[in-house]
Amino acid sequence: MAKIQINGRKINIKQKINVSDLLKKYKLDKKKIALELNGEIIPKQMYKKKFVKNEDIIEIVHFIGGG
Amino acid sequence: MTRDHLIIDKKKFKSRLIVGTGKYKSFKETALAVKASGAEIVTVAVRRVNIVDKKKPLLMDYLDPKKIVYLPNTAGCFNSIEALRTLRLAREMGGWKLVKLEVLADKKTLFPNMIETIKSTKTLVKEGFKVMVYCTDDPIIAKQLEDVGASAIMPLASPIGSGLGIQNKLNISLIIKQSKVPVLIDAGIGTASDATIAMEMGCDGVLINSAIANAKKPILMAKSFKDAVISGRNSFLAGRMKKSFFAKASSPSKGII
Repeated sequence: MAKIQINGRKINIKQKINVSDLLKKYKLDKKKIALELNGEIIPKQMYKKKFVKNEDIIEIVHFIGGG
Repeated sequence: MTRDHLIIDKKKFKSRLIVGTGKYKSFKETALAVKASGAEIVTVAVRRVNIVDKKKPLLMDYLDPKKIVYLPNTAGCFNSIEALRTLRLAREMGGWKLVKLEVLADKKTLFPNMIETIKSTKTLVKEGFKVMVYCTDDPIIAKQLEDVGASAIMPLASPIGSGLGIQNKLNISLIIKQSKVPVLIDAGIGTASDATIAMEMGCDGVLINSAIANAKKPILMAKSFKDAVISGRNSFLAGRMKKSFFAKASSPSKGII
């Protein structure tokens, strides 16, 4: 088990999951989001190569209505 | 007659009205209001995804970013670091380079922190962003923003969401006269006539959110703003008559019986 944080929520995940699979788990379309791993923006083409580790902090954002 | 376009960073837009997408009752209402406004650019905010509620509707499902230009903003950012982080994320989301920068200074007035704003503009321009900048109505600051590479200057008419209209016409006029990049009024427009006044003064465009979203009938108000901006622009292009302190009869005096 790895303990990670996504958008401020503490979450337990099975080990060895890449960013792409993590997004699938939350039913998020990679075209509609951007993701930061420990403060660093991860380019979309890296989602399959980048694995989530214990204590990682992830931020996932999207566009909402704004002025 | 050559077509009159708003040109931002070499891109041509038929509409001079940019609309915000915040404060609406639903995404459906947002989409209908945007359609009625005729706007080709909409501002959007960057926020955390709700990972708990997976079925929550998304803005992109109602406003197709392939059909309308998304202008990511930095609303809610109070320093350069937060603003840069937000816009870099926005760019990663879909390659957006045209962005709206606003770095706020004070929660009560939502006036911008212009020192942080100029600093952020410089960095963003270096990184290849095309930056439309929310700013105070100070002509000196506006000139400095242009000098550091802003793609458009967006002075406030009055505080964000206040609906007080243009408070300092003189400053706005000075900014319009000196600027070589487009000048758009960003905040404080309350009703359609405020937008007409801004356009008659020679503004290149206006950005409206609250005045449409907070109207009793937002979709009708969106249409009203569309007409107001076109009307104000035509009035500016036509050139108004000279003012006089005394009356000048409209009918000829010759041949009076």
